[in-house]
Amino acid sequence: MDLFHNLAIGFATAAQPANLLYAFVGCLLGTLIGVLPGLGPLATIAMLLPITYALPPDAALIMLAGIYYGAQYGGSTTAIVVNLPGESSSVVTTIDGYQMAKQGRAGVALATAAIGSFFAGCVATLALAALAGPLTATALLFGPKEFFALMILGLILASVLSSGPFIEGIGMVVLGMLLSLVGTDLNSGSQRFAFGVPQLFDGLDFVPLAMGIFGFAEIVKNLEQDDKLSLVTQKITNLFPTRDDFRRMVPAMLRGTALGTLLGVLPGGGAVLSSFASYTLEKKLSRRPEEFGKGAIEGVAGPESANNAGAQTSFIPLLTLGVPSNVVMALMVGAMNIHNIHPGPEVMTKNPTLFWGLIVSMWVGNLMLLILNLPLVGLWVKLLTIPYRYLFPAIMVFCSIGVYSINSGTFEVYEAALFCVFGYVLIKLQLPAAPLLLGLVLGPAIEENFRRAMVLSRGDVTALFTSPLSASLLAAAAIAILLIMLPTIRARREEALQE
Amino acid sequence: MKGLAIRNQRAFASGALFLAFAIFFFVEALAYPAGTAAKMGPGYFPRLLAIVLAAIGLVVILGAVRSTADREALRRWDLKGLAWVTGSVVLFGALLFPLGLVGALFVLIMVSSRASHEFTWTGALANAAVLIALCLAVFVYGLGLPLPVWPSLLN
Repeated sequence: MDLFHNLAIGFATAAQPANLLYAFVGCLLGTLIGVLPGLGPLATIAMLLPITYALPPDAALIMLAGIYYGAQYGGSTTAIVVNLPGESSSVVTTIDGYQMAKQGRAGVALATAAIGSFFAGCVATLALAALAGPLTATALLFGPKEFFALMILGLILASVLSSGPFIEGIGMVVLGMLLSLVGTDLNSGSQRFAFGVPQLFDGLDFVPLAMGIFGFAEIVKNLEQDDKLSLVTQKITNLFPTRDDFRRMVPAMLRGTALGTLLGVLPGGGAVLSSFASYTLEKKLSRRPEEFGKGAIEGVAGPESANNAGAQTSFIPLLTLGVPSNVVMALMVGAMNIHNIHPGPEVMTKNPTLFWGLIVSMWVGNLMLLILNLPLVGLWVKLLTIPYRYLFPAIMVFCSIGVYSINSGTFEVYEAALFCVFGYVLIKLQLPAAPLLLGLVLGPAIEENFRRAMVLSRGDVTALFTSPLSASLLAAAAIAILLIMLPTIRARREEALQE
Repeated sequence: MKGLAIRNQRAFASGALFLAFAIFFFVEALAYPAGTAAKMGPGYFPRLLAIVLAAIGLVVILGAVRSTADREALRRWDLKGLAWVTGSVVLFGALLFPLGLVGALFVLIMVSSRASHEFTWTGALANAAVLIALCLAVFVYGLGLPLPVWPSLLN
């Protein structure tokens, strides 16, 4: 069997002591930073990126994946213990998780999240391994038209799923694409929007931008809100779910995993969509819908499984097609580029040990999180008691050093400062930043594929709609736009996405 | 005469932001050759995007002045907090080489700490001491990142 052969290659890489160590350190650091209020996976990865510079590519990727799961997991912990979602995918966990914590069942809720995430991680790893081959084969059938259409679909879906009005989300995507044009035009070699600044010839760097918007500007926002954390202070004992808990959480986990695995693969999907969808599904299917919002264990088990499965399968479009489906994956592209790996269908054939090693190490990372987190949960909760006035200068210090180390230059530091101001403007205008970053990352590839497609069709735009594959991808994008225009769906979405 | 009233200030400002960026990029892009659809020059795609963004900006602005728009005011800005945070980052960049990592971090921590409502000198100084020691241990000695540690005068 190919699948087992490939997994064996992966295990050989992932099980090397050094790589195990990197996966472990990644999970530990990811949880450590991700648990801190206001720091989601994106800021955590951006902050810890410099640590991986010196590592060989496979070790660096393994560590980054570990950081990602760790940060994701840390977000769930804060969601349950302090009613503060570390990131958007843990928003739904706050609903029932925090209620459970208030009833003295924080330990059970945390254990449910950990077990659910682990189970989902196992299934998603297998799905990733099984789907990688066929999808990569499909990717080889893709020409410029199809890639163009696929990326448009991804950007539309990402705007649909972001908070706020859809049109503003699309505006942010286009603005991001415009910002991505800064730098050298590969076809003609001419400089665009660089204003003679040599540091801009390679374009705007993703990391200072993400750091400015999601790190610094977020701090300014947090400092405005004076409200104290509603920490559940009682000791967390009794991690073990009862038999009745198990009976209720297992089906929810199974459904959440299936849902997350499927939705994660969608461009624009990933952890957020998966967790919301799972919560809605559990509430619909439950015989006791009135318990939701009051500490129903299904409301933790389902979404937590779904968001972990979705987080993991969102690697599929990145690794097979080279298209990041969400902002975290976009940051992964940046990280891979630093190590001279260009994600896409070639990675699997050119670099099988890296590819399969990464996939297997995801499973290893999930296992480590399970072992690491349950005993250490008391420590993570302690971290939350550090006052913010000591915490935020620490975050600023790590971000600043991280930004500086990208190129060992201060230009990036100023860039991050500029985007701090810009990010603050976005916060005040309630414009979503995620679509901007996605547009920034996908912009160059969209332009390139659009140009190539137009060269091949001699400037005939209708060619995009006559190829069956690109036509159906664009049709899917159009349907997504139409659906969001419908009033009932709009109301539903607003209900689901409000924070 | 009712005239045009900006019912949704937030959306109006967002649309204006889009429009401003669109105009900026469009005007700049005029300097680059556009070419034709079949043989695009460096100016083609930027112009296309700028036109799309301008259209979106106009739609958002129109939505904000429509008589059915939700009333929404602009949120209050905390310019002081923003200035302390952004300023500390700029100072870090400017001081890293003349003062070295230790000095630049000290300034970064002290200045950014002022952004908090609960600022105290002793708290900030203690925090600076801990964080500087931690950074030296992790980044300089642990990871060996190429950072200037001491002021350039001493080297």
